[in-house]
Amino acid sequence: MDYDIIIGIETHVELDTHSKMFCTCSANGFGAEPNVHVCPTCAGMPGALPVINKRAVEFSMMLGVALNCSINQHTFWERKSYWYPDLPKGYQITQYQYPMCYDGYLEFDVRDLSGGWNEQSYRKRVRIRRAHLEEDTGKLTHAGRSSYVDYNRSGVPLLEIVTEPDIFNAHEAYAYLSALQDIVRYLGISTGDMEKGAMRCEPNMSLRPKGTDAFGTKVEIKNLNSLSAVRGAIAYEAKRQSAALDKGEKIRQVTLGWDDVRGVTVVQREKEDAHDYRYFPEPDLPPLDVSDAWLDEVRAQVPELPIAKQARYQSEFGLSAYDAVQLTNNKAVAEWFEKGISAGKDEGPVHPSSFILHPFAKRLANFIIGDLTRLMNASGTAINQIKIKPAQLLGLAKLVEAQTINSNTAKLVIEEMFNTGAEAQAIVQAKGLAQVSDSSVLEKTIGDVLAANPKEVENYLKGNEKLLQFLVGQTMKASKGKANPQMIQSLMKAALERRRL
Amino acid sequence: MIDHLTVKAVRAGLQKKQFSALELTHAYLKRIHEHNPRLNAYISVNDEEALQQAQAADERIAKGDDTPVLGLPMAIKDVLSTKGLRTTAGSRMLENYVPTWDATCVANLRSAGAIFLGKTNTDEFAMGSSTENSAYGVTHNPHDESRVPGGSSGGSAVAVAANLCVVALGTDTGGSVRQPAAYCGITGLKNTYGRVSRYGLIAYGSSLDSVGVLAKNAEDAAIINSVIAGHDPKDSTSIHSPVPNYVDEINSLKSKIQNLRIGVPKEYFIGGLQPDVENAVREGVRAFERMGAVVKEISLPTTHLGLPVYYLIATAEASSNLSRFDGVKYGLRVNGDDLIDMYGKTRQAGFGDEVKRRIMLGTYALSAGYYDAYYIRAQKVRTLIKQDFERAYQEVDIIMTPVAPTTAFKIGEKVEDPLQMYLTDVFSVTLNLAGNCGISVPCGFDQQKLPIGMQLMGPALGETQLLSAAHTYQFSTFN
Repeated sequence: MDYDIIIGIETHVELDTHSKMFCTCSANGFGAEPNVHVCPTCAGMPGALPVINKRAVEFSMMLGVALNCSINQHTFWERKSYWYPDLPKGYQITQYQYPMCYDGYLEFDVRDLSGGWNEQSYRKRVRIRRAHLEEDTGKLTHAGRSSYVDYNRSGVPLLEIVTEPDIFNAHEAYAYLSALQDIVRYLGISTGDMEKGAMRCEPNMSLRPKGTDAFGTKVEIKNLNSLSAVRGAIAYEAKRQSAALDKGEKIRQVTLGWDDVRGVTVVQREKEDAHDYRYFPEPDLPPLDVSDAWLDEVRAQVPELPIAKQARYQSEFGLSAYDAVQLTNNKAVAEWFEKGISAGKDEGPVHPSSFILHPFAKRLANFIIGDLTRLMNASGTAINQIKIKPAQLLGLAKLVEAQTINSNTAKLVIEEMFNTGAEAQAIVQAKGLAQVSDSSVLEKTIGDVLAANPKEVENYLKGNEKLLQFLVGQTMKASKGKANPQMIQSLMKAALERRRL
Repeated sequence: MIDHLTVKAVRAGLQKKQFSALELTHAYLKRIHEHNPRLNAYISVNDEEALQQAQAADERIAKGDDTPVLGLPMAIKDVLSTKGLRTTAGSRMLENYVPTWDATCVANLRSAGAIFLGKTNTDEFAMGSSTENSAYGVTHNPHDESRVPGGSSGGSAVAVAANLCVVALGTDTGGSVRQPAAYCGITGLKNTYGRVSRYGLIAYGSSLDSVGVLAKNAEDAAIINSVIAGHDPKDSTSIHSPVPNYVDEINSLKSKIQNLRIGVPKEYFIGGLQPDVENAVREGVRAFERMGAVVKEISLPTTHLGLPVYYLIATAEASSNLSRFDGVKYGLRVNGDDLIDMYGKTRQAGFGDEVKRRIMLGTYALSAGYYDAYYIRAQKVRTLIKQDFERAYQEVDIIMTPVAPTTAFKIGEKVEDPLQMYLTDVFSVTLNLAGNCGISVPCGFDQQKLPIGMQLMGPALGETQLLSAAHTYQFSTFN
């Protein structure tokens, strides 16, 4: 039977503020020695009190704006009570009745696995039910019969984002989370690193026979440490559950964990009785009022987001959807690209007749997506640490566009630029890399190549036209790569054809 | 040397070199060791550090330094955190808990040069009206040692009344400063909610808790309040309002009893009120009238709702505040078979009966299905109580009532009947629910020579007026 898969996702995003949600301890204790970033407040000592981190409130409002949410300008904090050693006070300070943000949506593109756009790609909208601000718990480590607790993470600001059940397959879940991850990084409110627990998501899903309305039994999946784990776990569950349903089995309401190594889900917990968290307003904190002016200030801090940037890159610079996505995945890369673009904004089109919206955008994009990314990956350097400046790469693009060098040479030059930070023009001059477009010089080189390869010439004339490329290659080699390839191509062909006569 | 020394007198004596802070501290410590075994006002006596503080104070005085509390030997209720000094909250749970930091009010006193003689006894987590709920034994009323001192700041009240310190800090959630002050014949100031930082006060009912002063007179309370009051960035519920110079104000406001409008709410003079108490309080009101005040009977119709509302809100908050005592991080741990067993055994052993009772009441009030009927409704009534007071303060400046229906009762008399015990708070809890300020002033004795307290209530931030009225009354009646 065919089934509809209905998925909702709860995502916890740790906010990248300097200090914790309710005290002045560092919020960046990941990887630190246990219990060094703790104080009476985040360790739940008797008599300690919370104080609201204003920046965390702003960060959560920024996300709300980015997710097209309404913002609760009057809200208050509540205590959610439960017992666990990683929760030092025995309650978590959170927002229950009035989340910071509510009723929004996230629009994103569901693409193929490589991020490319094809006929199966589509734009998707997932409704956001709410996003509320709370404090993170500590961390437990179990060793044999003992358990150890580390409160470095206790009190780190945490934003919980809850979708409506609008997600219908593993790809969509992946695309949603990937878009959300891009957004938190764009906003600079979180590292979004799933591997480090800065972004943790818990999908819940159920299946129902296609064409029916009633929701099936819901399972929740936890312990997903990467986007691909999310995709893998949902795909696995969809398969497992539809097979079970086909056999007439019932789906149990359970919490599942994902075993990344074996690629299977495992039951972590059977359905528990509904927990009574005994929410009540936090008496230690006054209600939170957000003035219109403050909200406006926060709105102004929200930058252009990836999906808007992608649209603009396509319409303004004539880039492909694929290129636009590649450039906007990372905000720093997009900003770098835009710096390069604006360095050349006063230049007129090189080809006045051609349909190029920005003279160097495509070439710049190609350099960034191709050679530069390769060089950065190989050396493990981030774009804001590299020696090349955006304007310099634009200089290289201009040299290629003006046919001063060919694209093979450009590969050498960009590598040199990457290593030394020198200007493209200077490298070309110093190394004599300028392209040779003087036909008399090229004719002479061609003559030498033809003379050195009589057999290939003969075979070409007998009809083996593939040998043209071989002879062109030999000529490029003889010119040490500097020959203008288009010219060699046509001159070589002409020289060979002359021999037929 | 130290009988009946006031804060003011200590400062004068130190300035005039009649005694040194060290001599004074030695004298108090000697007296404490003599009488505390009998009275049990102190849970911990801070001998060593107190002498160091005294020495340091003498050095500061020698250099010409002067603060209102420099070299002042005082006591701190054991629910206020003191750096390096065991803070038990009267509970087994915290028998060996030594804070690494001072409560803000304590820190203010410390830096101003006060000397901490020790930590005073309290009902466990300030939950009680007689100091009988302490894990460290009951405190005895110096006026009749077979009687309770009131509570929960009973230790502080006795320490002041028995001259085991000059002045003491207490806390008041439902009357815990005013009622023991009344039972022990001293002055007890309950500050407006948020006037003094709660940072470092081991929470009982967070929306009701306030730090107060137990003193020999209103002027002493004013002096201490000027040191401990003020906004604290560490307590988001503390008030952003400048602290008046209480001492100057009360001395300059003396004449203002003239035409002071005093309201006497009829709901506070009801059946069950001990006749001696009623007579003494009414006589106190007449004394104000003689000094030129205008007295008027008023009505606070929600008064009878104060007690049930208080015991819902305070216990609800307490049930949550006390969740942190789970044996994991600090305090008592009793090991068990697994985590849940450890929690159960630790809390079973660590908490006394009254604390357990209030945790259960509060947990119940917050539970799904009961929350609206109890907690939410209690909050609504709390608003009505607050509005009652607001209305009253449109026509009167202060309100005068008894502090408690009776004078100090016998130790053990109400232990078996929690409801009778709760009823002793009937006149004091409304003030906490409204978040206003009040002061308990001695106004006579009953036939058994037990002190009677009169309560002066004021609106939010009305401390100056209350202290002034109390000071004038004490100045003119020597009460």
